[in-house]
Amino acid sequence: MAKLPPYLTTGQRVWHYGFRVICGLIFFFLIFPILVIIPLSFNATDFFTFTPEMLSFDPAGYSFKHYHDFFTNPDWQQALRNSVMIAPAATLLATGFGTLAAIGLSQSHVPYRGAIMAILISPMIVPLIISAAGMYFFYSRLGIQGTYWGVVLAHAVLGTPFVIITVTATLVGFDRSLERAAASLGANPVTTFFKVQMPLILPGVISGALFAFITSFDEVVVVLFVGSASQKTLPWQMFTGLREQISPTILAVASILVTISIILLTVLEMLRRRSEKQRGLSPG
Amino acid sequence: MSDTTSNTAEKLTTSDGKPLKASLAKALRRQKMRALLLIAPLLLFVLISFAAPIVDMLFRSVQNEIVPETLPRTVTALESWDPASGALPDDFVFAALRDDLVIAAERKQHTRLGSRLNYELTGMSSLFRKTGRRVDDFGEIFTEQFDDLNEAWVEPATWVSLMASEDWIAAQAEWAAADDDSVAEPAFAVSETAREALPRTAEIYAGFADVIQTEDNDSPTEEEPWNPVYAALYDDLIANPDAASFYSGATAALLTEAAAAVPDFKATTAREEFIEADEDWGSLDVWQTLYRFKGTYTAGYYLAALDAQMTADGIEMVPDDQRIYLLLFMRTLILSVVITFSCLLLGYPVAFLLSHLPLRSANLLMILVLLPFWTSLLVRTSAWKVLLQQQGVINDVLVYIGLVSDSGRLALINNATGTVIAMTHILLPFMILPLYSVMKTISPSYVRAAKSLGATDWTAFWRIYFPQTVPGIGAGAVLVFILSIGYYITPELVGGTSGIFISNRIAYHISSSLNWGLAAALGTLLLVVVLLCFVIYDKLVGIDNVKLG
Repeated sequence: MAKLPPYLTTGQRVWHYGFRVICGLIFFFLIFPILVIIPLSFNATDFFTFTPEMLSFDPAGYSFKHYHDFFTNPDWQQALRNSVMIAPAATLLATGFGTLAAIGLSQSHVPYRGAIMAILISPMIVPLIISAAGMYFFYSRLGIQGTYWGVVLAHAVLGTPFVIITVTATLVGFDRSLERAAASLGANPVTTFFKVQMPLILPGVISGALFAFITSFDEVVVVLFVGSASQKTLPWQMFTGLREQISPTILAVASILVTISIILLTVLEMLRRRSEKQRGLSPG
Repeated sequence: MSDTTSNTAEKLTTSDGKPLKASLAKALRRQKMRALLLIAPLLLFVLISFAAPIVDMLFRSVQNEIVPETLPRTVTALESWDPASGALPDDFVFAALRDDLVIAAERKQHTRLGSRLNYELTGMSSLFRKTGRRVDDFGEIFTEQFDDLNEAWVEPATWVSLMASEDWIAAQAEWAAADDDSVAEPAFAVSETAREALPRTAEIYAGFADVIQTEDNDSPTEEEPWNPVYAALYDDLIANPDAASFYSGATAALLTEAAAAVPDFKATTAREEFIEADEDWGSLDVWQTLYRFKGTYTAGYYLAALDAQMTADGIEMVPDDQRIYLLLFMRTLILSVVITFSCLLLGYPVAFLLSHLPLRSANLLMILVLLPFWTSLLVRTSAWKVLLQQQGVINDVLVYIGLVSDSGRLALINNATGTVIAMTHILLPFMILPLYSVMKTISPSYVRAAKSLGATDWTAFWRIYFPQTVPGIGAGAVLVFILSIGYYITPELVGGTSGIFISNRIAYHISSSLNWGLAAALGTLLLVVVLLCFVIYDKLVGIDNVKLG
């Protein structure tokens, strides 16, 4: 805590601390729901609240049975497999197309830049339910509704705006004279791209890919409509679980996902620092 | 790159002698092409897998081709009917409907049409289903009398010689001789003579032959026509007793005999048979509905999406107790505003604190904002589902500290409260992040200057600091608003019935009621609202300036 200047009035001091308490409560509101499910997921009973045994830290009140259920139940395992199959494919598509387009968009002369940008960003703006409805109708006509590739296409297109935004942001700080320097030393455009440009924009590409991955991995509305039962992903399984019979296994899955997102967050933060260091900005 | 060196008299040229202007234009063109080539794959990808579905949805919201496709003859016949006349359509409209319906029923399309029209008038679905079961008996009275007159009339061969074109007869004979099962029978073709002599009969017989060939994989040479075909023959012979003159030989003799006999036949009209099958066919409402929805395109879905309907007297609102969509749109908008305000109320102090702390502690606290942002939506929703239950953690705590009694546990979930709480939590980071990025850029010297000039803390904040944060408030608020009006998952899981949004209704119409046209119309309306908000957002922030994390 920063030291308060001595000239403050009592009212100002009360306000200073009061404000911090308010902010503390808001932070509590933000973080509590996410953290509370972790201890709850170790509940030995099938209740969704803390049992007296848990509150008195009795080991009998805790168990791994919901985790055990997750790792043995075929429904959950199938869902996990589907998620792991769909998300990387969608990420790869989104990152590949998105990175190329971001490089194109950051050239100095792009005709119809505004219109193109609006179209490319639109999957992020249009509400998911509308995208899902449109894709359901259209993909049915094409015959790819309810197929693996249908879901991958849909997820990839939802992920591209994130790739474009992050990669474009990295390219803003990209020094064009490096390209010219490479060219003057005899490198062809492809070599220049892989040896000079790519290493510098890599942090942006990776964080864009992470966004695309999480978009697909966490997506449920579109897969509900575009997918069929054999493409049931983890979020879909959680969704039906929550809507129909709420089983505590969901809490175990949720805790695992929270852990994954903590790891992702750390990776992203490290990437951000690396990128800033490389571009000569002071580490934040 | 072309060199730009030589500068002779008045025209600038490059070293290889080309005019500089042309050379530069060429370089620029090449640069543009390169940029477009890089963008093209993604643009194509987005256009095909995203933009096309949206456009398809827009079309679907006005499409109505199922009516003209299933009932082509009725739709044409109805042109001459005046729906405001107060009288039922003429007999030939009923006859056209009989012909259409018997074909549709054989193809099992009448139930789909019934469900489509049921959206416009309740009871249409069962009317079509019921009539569809009985329509092949319509005209049976004529079949019997033609049969009594001459048994040749129930011979398939008689009909083929009467109706088929010579080419088809020859092709069919060749096909039958080849006796190759892997080749389908040639598609039936009606002769010009039949079209002229017996137009109605030819029309429905062609439909009959087509159904026999495509649906039943059978041959018209082996099937006795449906009863309605005989009814059509009766109508034709009454209208044109001279039909036999178009034919020769045995067929002509048969027709001459029939033409002489039909005036004495016991007769019934298509109208009588329809009304006997279901008296609703005598209702003006049914026919007016058919008349209004006979076009290929319709505004009906949009009217339904706005709780209106087309009636004989023009566009009217539906009765009060059936209005749901305007209410849902209003609720979606109101709850989204409430959520946006709650986010602003909670997000502003946090962003303020973060932007005033030293960078190191701010980054640490930022993790508390980013963790929810990165956590699965389903995880956060399930957390709230668990917390807000009647037997959940929050109610337990409230009971424990004595704020509420055990019997008076609060209903925090499956209503609008649940939706607002959970969605405020889910969307809060989207408010904090833009606010924070704006507040970080505000120089503290303005507030200091205000204070040094005697402003109180409140005045300095309200008159100096706050106005500078308005762009951030605008960006965050529009973002949260856009995201919340299209939300589906959270309202579906914690909203119960009073906390659901218009998107839940769209999903319902796609997957449960199968009224896709209405789902598309509702979706289009929602899309328009979102795009309007987005234009505002673009003016405020610019799409290029969207930042993540």
